[in-house]
Amino acid sequence: MSILVDKRTRVVVQGITGKEGAFHAARCKEYGTQVVGGVTPGKGGTTHEGFPVWNTVAEAVAAESADCALIFVPPAAAADAIMEAAAAGVTLVVCITEGIPVGDMVRAKHFLAGTRSRLIGPNCPGVITPDQAKIGIMPGHIHKSGAVGVVSRSGTLTYEVVGQLTARGVGQSTCVGIGGDPVNGTSFVDVLRLFNEDADTRAIMMIGEIGGTAEEDAAEFIRASVKKPVVAFICGQTAPPGRRMGHAGAIIAGGKGTAAEKMQALERAGATLVRSPADMGATVAKVIGA
Amino acid sequence: MKVHEYQAKALLRAAGVPVPRGEWAETAVAARAIAQRLGGKVVVKAQVHAGGRGKAGGIKLADDAAGAEKAAAQIIGMRLKTPQTPPEGIQVRSVLVEEASAVGRELYLSITLDRARATHVAMASVAGGMEIEEVAARTPDKILREWAHPALGLGDFQARRLAFGLGLTGDALKQGVGLIRSLFAFYLGKDCSLAEINPMVVTTDGRVLALDAKLNFDDSALFRHPEIQALRDTHEEDPLDVEASKYGLNYIKLDGDVGCMVNGAGLAMATMDIIKLAGGEPANFLDVGGGASPEQIENAFRILSSDPRVKAVFINVFGGILRCDRLAEGVIAAVKKLGLRLPVVVRMEGTNVELGKKMLAESGLHLTSADDMGDGARKAVALARGGA
Repeated sequence: MSILVDKRTRVVVQGITGKEGAFHAARCKEYGTQVVGGVTPGKGGTTHEGFPVWNTVAEAVAAESADCALIFVPPAAAADAIMEAAAAGVTLVVCITEGIPVGDMVRAKHFLAGTRSRLIGPNCPGVITPDQAKIGIMPGHIHKSGAVGVVSRSGTLTYEVVGQLTARGVGQSTCVGIGGDPVNGTSFVDVLRLFNEDADTRAIMMIGEIGGTAEEDAAEFIRASVKKPVVAFICGQTAPPGRRMGHAGAIIAGGKGTAAEKMQALERAGATLVRSPADMGATVAKVIGA
Repeated sequence: MKVHEYQAKALLRAAGVPVPRGEWAETAVAARAIAQRLGGKVVVKAQVHAGGRGKAGGIKLADDAAGAEKAAAQIIGMRLKTPQTPPEGIQVRSVLVEEASAVGRELYLSITLDRARATHVAMASVAGGMEIEEVAARTPDKILREWAHPALGLGDFQARRLAFGLGLTGDALKQGVGLIRSLFAFYLGKDCSLAEINPMVVTTDGRVLALDAKLNFDDSALFRHPEIQALRDTHEEDPLDVEASKYGLNYIKLDGDVGCMVNGAGLAMATMDIIKLAGGEPANFLDVGGGASPEQIENAFRILSSDPRVKAVFINVFGGILRCDRLAEGVIAAVKKLGLRLPVVVRMEGTNVELGKKMLAESGLHLTSADDMGDGARKAVALARGGA
């Protein structure tokens, strides 16, 4: 019925005693996610707004069999938090933190390669399987359970497409925000592969943006392996070159990474391209015949 | 963050990368004094955050101190227009006065992030002095690449491979390897996003030097390098960009007349795109962020409306963390404080949307509401064109 997370997922929130961490831990729990508690080094043994707090992720894993970490740790310590979660054997690490130094992420990603853990993000809204588990900062109520898989580099633009889908009665299997940073844990290709293999995902909505070549890689994978319809939108068609558009990864450098190139690659691979962000939901609905 | 060449060279010199002797001057008189101290022929180089200075007249050779003064007088104050500057050019405020080097060979060296491989890559080419993008397009086999180990960095054998590939031999080989090692250590230690030496030269007397230097730093890592942060030159940025950065707003000024205020970078880019599709031109990129406070919304609104080109404002918010009632509160406060000089179209969706819409409706302000982002863009573009 989904990928990555479901109602069995047991979440530990790193940075739970911070303002964001505490707020969103409560929202996730309200949604029905199994939030088992949180980690803040030095505050182990206490409780914070009803959640037990541990000093280390390993303690949370031992005490509550946590298998997913949701990270709200500030940028300077976030890469370390990712590595701590992976070292503790947590299989899914979702990092919300924005503004992690790129150099730190290069090391953290290398560290992850030697573990069983998958990282989603950083600088992402998280992952949600509607009616089962919300692990992130997205507004839960806009989602509806269904058969469209959503994958995106952007946060609010993902909410936009989900809002458009739900308004048409089109539900989602799982929505994954892979994050807007130049070095992230999980790529479009990784998520496309999971959706392609998920029996209950019938179609895939993919939202890319300028910068890098992740969309081109996705296009190649779609052409070679994806058997389900893919609808794609690329934002930043009007972005000027050389400027970083909010996301650290959204920059057209040396004439590379433009929206036009990415749209062309996806179209050639057989994806249905959406030109206007207002038409994303309608296009998906049409493609699946809803 | 970008720094000037003179700042980059001072940093690199301290890091053990050989650079020509030189000093920075803000006046022609100071340039003369520097040339006097250096002795012999000098190069006077405009200090702006843009490449292509030579062809645009921003780099001049002078035989002596008097010539350096004359060259500096010509360069300081000029509006330098290169392919990398805005069309109106940038005003040159200072120069770097450097000893002229007798160039034997011009090479290329840079270190940057390879996103696809998620590690740092050192690139070198014998085609120095050219734009690397051009070399990559024309003769890709001329570019040598060595990918650093993500945790262990660039091995000495890799630095040697690059140096051998550049055709360096004997003492120049040793110097080249040293330069590559020092540059990589600096790049990593100071969290650069780009360290580019173009050209790296071998002088006729056998010295390997960084004749030019371009350093960009990862904005996200500046918190641990206050000495780098101190080198920021806000003269090189748009005043509205600078103002916005004070309030933690992500703002980039563009050329159109429809101002936009959006939460989230992706939605902000998509909003620019849809304004264009509706037949208008976006005046800016503005991401107020996920958790914007009413105060930030107010500052964002003020910055947007202070751009004289803006004829209409489109507020497009999909509230997740940013609740629609907080957005409404900020917009109402801003409009009450600053007055409503411009037509404003508001489209909001998400958490507490009904409350937010009610607050705007009851505020008594004449705002145009939109049903979705397509509708909002069409309305904003029509208002900017003077219609309704």
